Amino acid sequence: MSIPTNDHASVRPGNQADLQTSGKPLGRDDLARLVARDIAPGSFVNLGIGQPTLVSNYLEPEQNITLHTENGMLGMGPEATGDQIDGDLINAGKIPVTELPGASYFHHADSFAIMRGGHLDICVLGAFQVSATGDLANWHTGAPDAIPAVGGAMDLATGAKDVFVMMTLLTRDGASKLVETCTYPLTGIGCVTRVYTDKAVFLTGPDGVQVRETFGCTLEELQTLVPVPLKATV
Amino acid sequence: MLNFIDTVGEAVAGIKDGSTVMIGGFGNAGQPFELIDALLECGATGLTVVNNNAGQGDQGLALLIKEGRVKKMICSFPRQSDSWHFDAKYRAGEVELELVPQGNLAERIRAAGAGIGGFFTPTGYGTMLAEGKETRFLDGKWQVFETPIHADVALIKALTADGRGNLVYRKTARNFGPIMAAAAKHTIAQVSGIVPTGGLDPENIVTPGIYVNSIVKVA
Repeated sequence: MSIPTNDHASVRPGNQADLQTSGKPLGRDDLARLVARDIAPGSFVNLGIGQPTLVSNYLEPEQNITLHTENGMLGMGPEATGDQIDGDLINAGKIPVTELPGASYFHHADSFAIMRGGHLDICVLGAFQVSATGDLANWHTGAPDAIPAVGGAMDLATGAKDVFVMMTLLTRDGASKLVETCTYPLTGIGCVTRVYTDKAVFLTGPDGVQVRETFGCTLEELQTLVPVPLKATV
Repeated sequence: MLNFIDTVGEAVAGIKDGSTVMIGGFGNAGQPFELIDALLECGATGLTVVNNNAGQGDQGLALLIKEGRVKKMICSFPRQSDSWHFDAKYRAGEVELELVPQGNLAERIRAAGAGIGGFFTPTGYGTMLAEGKETRFLDGKWQVFETPIHADVALIKALTADGRGNLVYRKTARNFGPIMAAAAKHTIAQVSGIVPTGGLDPENIVTPGIYVNSIVKVA
């Protein structure tokens, strides 16, 4: 393992092995394992509700990652079971969790200051859509009868130093969720730095989309699925 | 003026129709169920309620909404798998919703308690939740002007109070308690235990008693 040297201090640079195409699309757990591997040692990380939570299963103790949960804790441990379950100790998904040695509790304004003040290295979020320039849509379908609920999504998207998205590349109908411009209501503008999908890892930013690696398809095949210009990472 | 009150009913008796009431808790953690039940009992209605959510299941805030006591919810995350009472009232047009990003909710409450007239934040810029709000380019980023949320009353839950009304909380049940206590004109705390003055380590006090008006011990 190398020490990170790129300008995102908390993120490991892609190496030669990362650029290879592996044999088949990644399942949810494989994707979670990949995200976990890419989190630099010593990082402070917030994992969003749903698929991103799986990442915690693959963090190695020697990575020394501290998990933040926005309801007011650093040093969150695994989900509680049996006698460990305590209604006063829950995560942002309201699931009972445990505390690790060195954990701390704080009130909600302090907890969001941790995000909003730029102190978190990485957050991992799900998404409905991500645009080529890193706009994120993940909180509201915009359907007229939908009851909107935003929670901490906008604070995380705007405040974390790096925003990683985990999602399937395509909707059930086969439409790309990586898009030129988001059609769903936005969560944040230009905030996403990486998109981890079953078919590829994308780096997003003001200069467009780079593909770091593909799973079960070539870059050319990937380009037929995605309506934004793709190039390989250099 | 700090009062130690014997029952939750007496503690909430002064809450008037049309009040803005902050209710602590994130999900069920830190939710002051006994105070909410007493508020339901006392009959106050036309309330504006500030909470992260809009009630879970068939208890606490969910019942207050079900019984039609809540005119408006100010919250960040109303829709949950068990928010059926809010969902029904919202779809029937019987409760108004002000949806606020969670960090803005917390900071707007904190601002009220700290005497801040408003603040600029990048959170929500360019989204539908910032529509119509003043924006400025500050510190290299577009930011949105947000205003404080004040309340007539806060109902919070803490673990232990001392004789001066100083409070300590338990684990993630702390959540909104400290900032709501400061933001409301009148703060009522339900606690599991009361110790004599001097019984809490001053270094460990989370909410100083100056923010607390009424304390009631619940079993």
